[in-house]
Amino acid sequence: MEKNIALIALFAAVIAALGLIPKITLGFGVPITAQTLGVMLCGTVLGARRGTLSVLLFLLLVAIGLPLLSGGRGGLGAFATPSAGFLLGWPIGAFVTGWIVEKWRGAPLGVVATVAAIIGSIVVMYVFGIAGLAVALDKSLSEAAFLVLVFVPGDVIKAVIAGLLTAALFKSRPASVLSRYDG
Amino acid sequence: MISLSSPVKTRAHDWPAGMKLAGLCAATIVLFFIENLAVHAGILVAVTGVYLSAGALFFMAGLRQLRVLWPFVVIVAIWHIWTGETQQGAVILLRLLSALALANLVTMTTRLSDMIDVVRLLTRPLAKLGLNPAALDMAIALVIRLTPVLAQKGSNLTQAWRARSPRKPSWRILLPFTVLALDDADHVAQALRARGGFTPLKDP
Repeated sequence: MEKNIALIALFAAVIAALGLIPKITLGFGVPITAQTLGVMLCGTVLGARRGTLSVLLFLLLVAIGLPLLSGGRGGLGAFATPSAGFLLGWPIGAFVTGWIVEKWRGAPLGVVATVAAIIGSIVVMYVFGIAGLAVALDKSLSEAAFLVLVFVPGDVIKAVIAGLLTAALFKSRPASVLSRYDG
Repeated sequence: MISLSSPVKTRAHDWPAGMKLAGLCAATIVLFFIENLAVHAGILVAVTGVYLSAGALFFMAGLRQLRVLWPFVVIVAIWHIWTGETQQGAVILLRLLSALALANLVTMTTRLSDMIDVVRLLTRPLAKLGLNPAALDMAIALVIRLTPVLAQKGSNLTQAWRARSPRKPSWRILLPFTVLALDDADHVAQALRARGGFTPLKDP
């Protein structure tokens, strides 16, 4: 119980801290908002249920007025911008990511976690994000999708990093990777 | 300052937080059903007036919070000038500005402690589903306390990297960062248990 609470809170803090750390630039200069990487890690490391709770805790703190989103944004306004759909997709994305990592045991963890992050944290989040944009900007779904497609390559790189990190974490701290540790 | 709530005190700071939140929900829904340009312009003028009534400092702080919208403003403006539906574009833009300004207004005029009281009230029914209210309180406090701790550890790692490499820190730094976070979680869990934890101790 205490370990679950501590890990859920810690990963919410990891998402927040990833928004504070000065830019981690990827190999070829793609600027990344590392926070979605944190959401992917919530799913791949904590698993479906706890990963979702962790993301929900983070969003709750943002909603009550803490400036935890990257760039010091936060408050209820974060849910009133056209990109709010992505935020609403975060917990569902984390759930799907975690669910895939928990169920699919047939391949190396790094591969499973990467695929899970791509399906859960890119496909699912973009579905919500694009729907949100379409509503807020009064555009069709395909027009809204066109506006965000430039961000997909960066997110795929993040998913690969999430996969590599998850595999490495499972080697170094197996008992803390709750999505795979049955103890 | 830890919360985005405004240090400029307004009358609205003393209004019940739950009422402000309910009002915001209603106002946002109404905004999405209004299609008339003149009505939207009127609403935005009224919202601006409310901000101004709290003083210039409050107004400027509110204005700064709206900067996040600029990419969307540019996209919508170009799009609708291109397609010629400028009136529809103006409605969309005014609606975006009013919705965000109203949401920020509630955040700016509500203290963190009042917000947490609303959260406690709203999550009370979840206790029946097994959510421990003490655990939620502790989790909120932990995140607030641990975020700066983790950020500090992250910047220590970055400095250690810079001291040893001519290259910029890469994503590889995230592995020691997450390992540190997992170890912190272990220590916090032990500390919580040592102080009684969330479940009463059972007799052996």
